[in-house]
Amino acid sequence: MVRRVRIKDHWGEKRIFTVRSIVAGVVVATLLLSVAARLFYLQVLRYDYYSELSQGNRVRIEPIPPSRGLILDRHGVILAENLPAFQLELVREQVGTPAQLDASLARLVAIGLLDKDDVPSIKRTILSHHVYESVPIKLQLSDEEMAVFAVHRFEFTGIDIRTRLSRHYPFGPLAVHALGYVAAISAQDVQHIDAAAYAGTTLIGKLGVERAYENVLHGTPGFREVLVNAAGRPVEKQGVFRPILKMRPPIAGSDLILSLDVRLQRAAEQGLQGLRGAVVAINPNNGDILALASTPGFDPNEFARGLTNKQYNELQQDIDKPLIDRALRGTYPPGSTVKPFYALAALHFGVMTPDQTIFCPGHYNLPGSRHVYHDWKPAGHGTIAMRRAIAQSCDVYFYQVAEKLGIDRMDEFMGVFGFGRPTGIDIAGEKSGLMPSPAWKRRAYKHAADQIWFPGETLIVGIGQGYMLVTPLQLAHAVAGIAARGREFAPRLVIGERAPGTSKVTMLPVKRQRGITGVTPDQWNVIFDGMEEATQPGGTAVRVQAGAPYKLAAKTGTAQVFSLGKNQKYNVKQVAERLRDHAVFIAFAPADEPKLAVAVLVENGGHGGSTDGPIARRIFDEYLLPDKAAMTANAPTTVKAP
Amino acid sequence: MMFDDMSRSRTRRTLSAGGRTLRLLGLDGPLTGVLTMIICIGILVVYSASGQNVKMVEHHLGNIAIAVAAFLALARFATPQILRLAAPGAYAVGVLLLIVVDATGHVGKGAQRWLDIGFIRFQPSEIMKLAVPMICAWYMHERPLPPTFKDLLVMAILIAIPTAMIVTQPDLGTALLIAASGLIVMLLSGLQLQIILLSIPLLSGAAWAGWHYIHDYQRQRLLMFLNPQSDRLGAGYHIIQSQIAIGSGGVFGKGYMHGSQAQLDFLPERSTDFIFAVIGEEFGLLGQLLILTLYGIVIGRALYLAMQGQDTFSRLTGGAIALSFFVYVFVNSGMVSGILPVVGVPLPLISYGGTSMVTIMAGFGILMALHSHRKLVGS
Repeated sequence: MVRRVRIKDHWGEKRIFTVRSIVAGVVVATLLLSVAARLFYLQVLRYDYYSELSQGNRVRIEPIPPSRGLILDRHGVILAENLPAFQLELVREQVGTPAQLDASLARLVAIGLLDKDDVPSIKRTILSHHVYESVPIKLQLSDEEMAVFAVHRFEFTGIDIRTRLSRHYPFGPLAVHALGYVAAISAQDVQHIDAAAYAGTTLIGKLGVERAYENVLHGTPGFREVLVNAAGRPVEKQGVFRPILKMRPPIAGSDLILSLDVRLQRAAEQGLQGLRGAVVAINPNNGDILALASTPGFDPNEFARGLTNKQYNELQQDIDKPLIDRALRGTYPPGSTVKPFYALAALHFGVMTPDQTIFCPGHYNLPGSRHVYHDWKPAGHGTIAMRRAIAQSCDVYFYQVAEKLGIDRMDEFMGVFGFGRPTGIDIAGEKSGLMPSPAWKRRAYKHAADQIWFPGETLIVGIGQGYMLVTPLQLAHAVAGIAARGREFAPRLVIGERAPGTSKVTMLPVKRQRGITGVTPDQWNVIFDGMEEATQPGGTAVRVQAGAPYKLAAKTGTAQVFSLGKNQKYNVKQVAERLRDHAVFIAFAPADEPKLAVAVLVENGGHGGSTDGPIARRIFDEYLLPDKAAMTANAPTTVKAP
Repeated sequence: MMFDDMSRSRTRRTLSAGGRTLRLLGLDGPLTGVLTMIICIGILVVYSASGQNVKMVEHHLGNIAIAVAAFLALARFATPQILRLAAPGAYAVGVLLLIVVDATGHVGKGAQRWLDIGFIRFQPSEIMKLAVPMICAWYMHERPLPPTFKDLLVMAILIAIPTAMIVTQPDLGTALLIAASGLIVMLLSGLQLQIILLSIPLLSGAAWAGWHYIHDYQRQRLLMFLNPQSDRLGAGYHIIQSQIAIGSGGVFGKGYMHGSQAQLDFLPERSTDFIFAVIGEEFGLLGQLLILTLYGIVIGRALYLAMQGQDTFSRLTGGAIALSFFVYVFVNSGMVSGILPVVGVPLPLISYGGTSMVTIMAGFGILMALHSHRKLVGS
């Protein structure tokens, strides 16, 4: 048998094994050398490449948010600052499972630290962050809330109180519409900001100066390199592993110096207390806004603190609309405050001379029309010339001025004073108001029948009613234009910037505007005289002058909220409060050398002289008589001007 | 025998007290020494790679204790005869346990590999790493070398049964290692060159068929091996992070416990399969070359001891143990350095993880037993 022939050959088999083993040994050595060669390639030839990759792998750049610039008034009083605030923060991974997170939030609601309605949005915020990040769930805790949490702290893991810099407005609601406020960066904000510049920042300017000068206030974030593990979590050190990490400190935002004067601002807001209205006070010689008030307002600290849904909805739905800046965004018919401007236009275009008289019987008809245009004084002003027509606000006189000027010249002239166009203030949001004209009417209306400009409409525009709408800021800007005898400046809130942490102030240049030219000094004097006369006995604004040691020039106005029937009499008592006329008022002082121009508007305030005059007076006194500011409080209150 | 007398007298002359102890325990001095060095280095590296986790190191030490106990017991008490007689039994038990695992196995890391018998959990496939070469050696022991075609067929079946069962677990890496250990026996027993050449196209065909049979994640790993950049944070992550770790270590390394890749968790499975990258990062090229050299010495010495085996079973088993050890080293270091695909093979004697340590040390125990007890046989 073949099988029998094949006997085991001990030596032969040993030799086979030895040979194979040696061959295997050679193969082993070759393959181990190939691994060694690979290692040589990685560690020697490509060392730089992998070394860099390893560095990038473990070091994450973490932004350090800059501290926001301060906001100061013109005398250096701090209006907005950054204060350390205590806030409740939560680290998701320390809290535990989603169920534990829900339980913790529910517990916070139970002890009164969170509002139940806010829990869903807080939860969304928490879930949008990394599990290891500390997420603020309640900003700016009060002492009481801190105490409440301290008592219950043992019940929570992963939730604790942290100190952060938050925006604080020491005067609370004072000048809130001018300053604006800061609030959490919204999804809309994210679309127009440079994400890198805002890395690490949670608050952004939302309104007023805070928003308009956001890029100045914000500053430049710094960064520090943070050691992270593969999960992206920062680690202090890992065992004995301690690398060197780079850091660049942030550059704080610049401080802003405002044109506002806290004293004037306070006087304006105290004057408006309990009313809905706006005050704008402008230095006619450079456009500086010394007071910009709109009431009711709100406390911007609430926004930095984080409003609850309920609080925000309350503000939003408040019938008095505290969130609206009436000074810039409220548009009202200017009423009779437009009269000095039309008087000036009449002189400028030569349609009336200062002393040319007309007879005012208390009403006016357009030639060939039966429609009667009433004067506010049913008995009429009698024979009257320009100065007294301004002082007594004679409607019939200005019906005739309007008729002679014609709507096109009125439109052109008022446009130069800034009506119907933005004033160019350095914060956003102002409305243009409306200066009506035939061209506007053609644009605004669809149907041919509605597009026709009627001669009667010119008359109505001539006394500041009808379609014409202005903002209190526009009025102040325009009256400042009169006070400066035609020189105009763009109104501004920010006059200088201060480099962070230094006293180096850069003043911003004033911005001249086109202004009114071609009016002689004599013609200007007529307007000044008329407005001065208005503050004298027999004038409509007599109350504002009462007891003042300086001369004021003023014009009152009444803006109709709704139209009266042809022969109806306006009775303050019969008209519901919110349908009453708006009180409008413009003034400047001292009349011979104007230093301050003021516009006051009080919604449903009735007549400008009685309601607005005293408010304006407080501001003038504060500015012109800083030592005798108390006088206003003692001013007589019985004078009743129509 | 003359040869035996000579070697005995030469050995006697150089015996020291330590040497006498080794002899008494049935251990080979150089091999035991190098193995001890590797294990000690392993303990230090596991301490660093685990992020200075003392618990893990303690567990690692526990595994070493079990492994050394198995090593010593086999070296001292096993004989070639006992081992040869035990081979079919071990193989049968192994296959049986694989069936049990496939049926009821404990699911670990998404694969059925573990068997839980109350106090201990182990992978029956580990038994096969020793049982397969032993059964092949056992089969060839009675037969003349080189193997006939029928012998090869029988061995192929003996290898294929456990391999196929392990592939279905699914554990492609271990299955390949076990198949390799069987193939090593075939090669060492004198597999004809023609057959080796002939098998190349056959294996290619098998690879093609296998491509359609293996699991998705295994296919993924192979694809990833071909182009690791394709999915940076996905499956290619292992390979890239491990190459960054090694490459950034440079020649001298970042220093013990100063490997940023490893210490900051970038390196996945850093105390187990990818521990070689930790060595590369912290000790650099020099550290890795030292480890490879130590492995080389172990393999060389083990082959040398196997060559001295006095019968076919001893030689084939010893050779298979030595070369299987090499396969583990090569597959792991090749995978970690990016020249082989990622398969779950630990770095022998260094990686954290009990089963592999016990199997390998048991293998060396067997090797020692086959060597030290050779004179007792047949004299």
